[in-house]
Amino acid sequence: MNHENILEVRNLVKHFPIKSGILQHTMGQVKAVDGVSFHIKRGETFGLVGESGCGKTTIGRTILRLIEPTSGEAVINGVDIFKMNKRNLRPLRPKIQMIFQDPYSSLDPRMPVGEIIGEAVREHNIVLKSEYRDYIIKVMEDCGLRPYYIDRYPHEFSGGQRQRICIARVLALNPDLIVADEPVSALDVSIQAQVINLMKDLQRDRGLTYLFISHDLSVVEHISDNVGVMYLGSLIEMAPKREIFRAPMHPYTKALLSAVPLPNPNVKMNRILLEGDIPSPANPPAGCKFHTRCPRATQVCRTQAPKFKDYGKNHMAACHLYDQN
Amino acid sequence: MPESDYVTSMKNPSNIIEFDNLQTYFYTDAGTVKAVDGVSFDIPMGKTIGVVGESGCGKSVTSLSLMRLLQGPQGQIAGGQLRYNQISRKRAVDIAKIPIKEMQKIRGNEIAMIFQEPMTTLNPVFTIGSQIDECILMHNPKISRKEVKVHSVEMLKLVGIARAEGIYDSYPHELSGGMRQRVVIAMALSCNPQLIIADEPTTALDVTIQAQILDLLRGLKDKINASIMLITHDLGVVAEMADYVVVMYAGRIVEQGTADDIFNKPMHPYTIGLMKSKPVLNEQVERLYSIPGNVPNPINLPPHCYFKNRCEKCVEICSGVYPELIQVTSTHKVSCYLHAKPDMSKYRVIGGKRL
Repeated sequence: MNHENILEVRNLVKHFPIKSGILQHTMGQVKAVDGVSFHIKRGETFGLVGESGCGKTTIGRTILRLIEPTSGEAVINGVDIFKMNKRNLRPLRPKIQMIFQDPYSSLDPRMPVGEIIGEAVREHNIVLKSEYRDYIIKVMEDCGLRPYYIDRYPHEFSGGQRQRICIARVLALNPDLIVADEPVSALDVSIQAQVINLMKDLQRDRGLTYLFISHDLSVVEHISDNVGVMYLGSLIEMAPKREIFRAPMHPYTKALLSAVPLPNPNVKMNRILLEGDIPSPANPPAGCKFHTRCPRATQVCRTQAPKFKDYGKNHMAACHLYDQN
Repeated sequence: MPESDYVTSMKNPSNIIEFDNLQTYFYTDAGTVKAVDGVSFDIPMGKTIGVVGESGCGKSVTSLSLMRLLQGPQGQIAGGQLRYNQISRKRAVDIAKIPIKEMQKIRGNEIAMIFQEPMTTLNPVFTIGSQIDECILMHNPKISRKEVKVHSVEMLKLVGIARAEGIYDSYPHELSGGMRQRVVIAMALSCNPQLIIADEPTTALDVTIQAQILDLLRGLKDKINASIMLITHDLGVVAEMADYVVVMYAGRIVEQGTADDIFNKPMHPYTIGLMKSKPVLNEQVERLYSIPGNVPNPINLPPHCYFKNRCEKCVEICSGVYPELIQVTSTHKVSCYLHAKPDMSKYRVIGGKRL
């Protein structure tokens, strides 16, 4: 393991069984994540993009062991967390935390804000009992929440403030790695910018590492250092942000980028319209998974899966177009 | 109700809809929510109007008022006119006053609506076909079942569904999100509407599917010569689709103009802030601009400009009465003191200084 990396995921696979009948026979597998490898350097943001159903959320959840992986490794600080048992995992839990998409359903409506933020702090004995309240207030202030909010309940807050509470709850545990699953998708544009700026400030001040999962390419471009694009459970392209947005290689990434509407009525886009929908992950196409929608598919794409290769400047892609030799 | 009560005349016969000082209020236990408070704009025939704003700004309530689908008895059109150019009967009607029987002939027939969530718009226990048939039969009771089916299948083909006959007999859960939204669009188009209201039609969809649906809507508008009222919070979608743009904030229009006016020469600090706060592909900024603060509470709105407390450019006069819409050019209007004409005598502030 490279010492710079905080997280290394190797060959992560997660298949959900499809069961049916009285005896609950396994009829097939939904291949939600199908052999994904990537790593995140300390203090960086790794953006994971893709359309719904591509498995990006499943990756986030398996890294936290909220879902048990089928196979693979996830090495955090030198230990493979997939091999740990529950008891050994417990002291590690505060180090890997998650921010969820919907701040309306991820806060307990019956708990005051101070308790929401402080519950896990007490559970994991992060600070001395005597310093507890001051600590909570300090964390709240860091997240732009007023100290007197401490006794209020979630319903009194707007969406943006709720997401700040979620961030404060995570931050109170001094995590190393934060998995942020669509943290701004449910927010309005002006509030979105506030939350993104807060996340960036906290990263700078505390040296946080983010795994930022989103379907919004412009947000990912803004916040990430490295970006991975997923399609049907596999990474199809991964590169430093600059590379992937300036010079995308994979036809899917190109189509995805061209589909984003730009707020400028004078720009006529050269849009690559993809035909059809994502195939079912229970029965993915043979060969390259994208060939059914790819405008440049050839014979070899239908039969042979392309290798995920490095094409220089840390730009990895899985496409036969570039794999001539 | 005698016809004279709701038949009126259009200011400009080339408009399909004229919102004139529309006020839609919700009377709740906590107080009156002025969800839409004095909104006026026109929808010209064959054009696309984009209504933008953040959640709670009243953009959906504006469209629901037009469809007379407000949740009663709390939601009421409290004032203003909603003039609709009813070409089929060569007259103009005020939708705010029209009796419900008459409205039912217009709703879904001449004015159709596409909702945000295709998952909840379609009824899960009926087939796609029967749901489109129902809509057609409702407004054309005389045609035979056979003709209806032919027409429904035709509609499904129009929105780009390949196996139209097969889909006709499917249930909504068998279709993907993009396909469902196509079905909803087919349903909206089935009676040849004059106006299509699309309330966040692509928000629930992925970007590649969004591109397909926007492409489809644009093509269809020309094919059937309808007007579109597009409600969205996504400035990108508006820039791509709309001829005219209306920007709403806290129940009022803060700026309106052609797409070119709004995107190339935005004037209201809110519009400018909204555009700056959205990250744009291939445009690197170190830090996103963020509009400070939150939208004001819709109950007890302040007497001054609603945006004042979040505005970085506010001047003394902004504490005065709510600014009127100022005509900047023949198409561009903005409601902000910063762009008022030098003659400020009529904007004198009570207890304040003249600017």
